[in-house]
Amino acid sequence: MSALLTDTWWMTARRLKIGMAQPVFLVISLIQPVIWLFLFGNLFERVVDLGGFGTDSYLDYIVPGVVVMNALAWNMWAGMGTLEETSQGTLNRFLVTPVRRSAIMNANVFEQAVGTIVQSVVIVLLAWWAGATFDSGLPGVALLILLAVLLGVIFGSMSNAIGMLVRQRESIIGINTLLLLPLTFLSTVFMVRDLMPDWMATVSRFNPLDWAVVASRSALSATPDWGLVLSRGGWLLALAVLMVALSIRTFRSYQKAV
Amino acid sequence: MTTTDTSYAVAAYDLVKTYPKNVTALDGLSVTVDAGQIFGLLGPNGAGKTTAVKILTTLARPDSGTAVVAGHDVARHPRRVRTAIGAVAQRSSADPVATGRDNLALQGRLYGMGGTALRRRIDELLERFALVDAADRRVRTYSGGMQRRLEVALGLVHRPAVLFLDEPTTGLDPEARAAMWDEITQLAGDEGLTIVLTTHYLEEADRLADRLAIIDAGRVMATGTPAELKGELYGDAVHIDLRTALDEAAATAARTALAAVPGVREVALDGSRLSARADDGAAVVPGALAALEGAGVAVAAVTAARPSLDDVYLRYAGRRFADADADLVTAGGES
Ligand SMILES: Nc1ncnc2c1ncn2[C@@H]1O[C@H](COP(=O)(O)OP(=O)(O)OP(=O)(O)O)[C@@H](O)[C@H]1O
Ligand SMILES: [Mg+2]
Repeated sequence: MSALLTDTWWMTARRLKIGMAQPVFLVISLIQPVIWLFLFGNLFERVVDLGGFGTDSYLDYIVPGVVVMNALAWNMWAGMGTLEETSQGTLNRFLVTPVRRSAIMNANVFEQAVGTIVQSVVIVLLAWWAGATFDSGLPGVALLILLAVLLGVIFGSMSNAIGMLVRQRESIIGINTLLLLPLTFLSTVFMVRDLMPDWMATVSRFNPLDWAVVASRSALSATPDWGLVLSRGGWLLALAVLMVALSIRTFRSYQKAV
Repeated sequence: MTTTDTSYAVAAYDLVKTYPKNVTALDGLSVTVDAGQIFGLLGPNGAGKTTAVKILTTLARPDSGTAVVAGHDVARHPRRVRTAIGAVAQRSSADPVATGRDNLALQGRLYGMGGTALRRRIDELLERFALVDAADRRVRTYSGGMQRRLEVALGLVHRPAVLFLDEPTTGLDPEARAAMWDEITQLAGDEGLTIVLTTHYLEEADRLADRLAIIDAGRVMATGTPAELKGELYGDAVHIDLRTALDEAAATAARTALAAVPGVREVALDGSRLSARADDGAAVVPGALAALEGAGVAVAAVTAARPSLDDVYLRYAGRRFADADADLVTAGGES
């Protein structure tokens, strides 16, 4: 166990160093959430008049969604890092050392999580500066970020697995383009469920992105529904564990294809 | 044959590996390597050398067959194998954005090393591979030769018992190659390391390997010491380049004339090149020249040589090494 921890520690430290050497990605990927927050937020300011949003500020309504959606968008690119590791030969070198396979994947997860946290904090600060309110204060914000990280782990691990299996940038780009917008719009990120067409409302209930949005929105409200927060959080956690396990399994397929 | 045989440093039995689209990379490859030896896997591009190394170093999994490395089965106890071996891949594997020293440090950590022992080991390796000045620069800025040396250093950090070197000198200039050869010889000599190296340079195999296996199309064509393999081809090779290609009648006359010279065997004509074998190549040259002149054939050049691994390769693989390896320069060079 302690060997797994030290392996994970060294591998994570390495990934973070690489990440910090190119902070530009972290900044570029913040452009999108800022657009959603300010342009979209202003454009649709009046939709709250339709009712059912539980707030009279559309900005307040979309902040958790934008944070969570950003986590999704950011983590979906994790596979690019894995791909780079395979193509530059570093992954193969690590795989013939005694380092635990799980440590290699854990390092990716932690690196992505650190990125998610930094970005989420920035988005929350920007929203706060623009006048958004956070009724339950810091604990609510902390939960929001935790849920964003969990969602990120799910899609980050998926992306890592894909990166290792397909070994083509185009596949990752294709899958991300295919997934990001449907996942976003088939959820309550921008619109309450009652105002969605029936089929969309139904589908959205199975969307992990929606679980994270619903749970974090509730956690941020003045009167959180803890049952909802815990159940959705639990589902996310379970799915995250499953996806990490699956991504570690892909080393086996990799071993056959390499 | 599938029992764990620990008397060899490396033993592979009947390895088969196919890749998608029916590419058979290994087709029943078997080799054994004694401890402390330098063992060469010699073969042209696509012969399966890298695939064999990937399986022996636990990176890839064979479709069938077994391999025991440093006393452990690669399929059943991969971690034990990994702890005991060092592997230097054909392609660069260092982290390009990290420094040479950082690369070495992480490598040591992954084998559980740390503290002053690791620091000292790193300094020692930097010194040994002439990387002291470049140690704190990013690997991306290294020359091809420096990168190659760093790769070998990475494989040695934890003092492995068996070292795999996949084409250690490909892409190096002659001077750097000679230095690498010295280094490899020393590793095996002073430190008792078992080294498995792949190469498609005949000269390299001849010079470095205690024993070697010639492989082609995923199979071992021949094994033995370089001397043994060459000894199987008795006699020297005599090559005579003619001034012009011959018409049929002249060709027959030339062949007959040469074959009649005492001590000459196995005469063959390929375009404007006559080849023959002789117990003592140098001794038959004057007689051969006289005979050809008598037959009215103009000679441009004559060479007599001890058999080379190229000749061995020709004999076992049925084609010249250089032909099989035509894209030697483009593949695997420095990129
Ligand atoms: N990952 C892979 N996927 C598909 N085919 C592969 C893969 N790796 C190797 N091959 C194929 O297997 C065969 C053996 O390749 P291998 O790399 O082992 O040859 P090699 O002897 O190392 O050649 P070289 O001298 O060019 O390095 C080749 O036909 C190659 O195209
Ligand atoms: Mg190769």
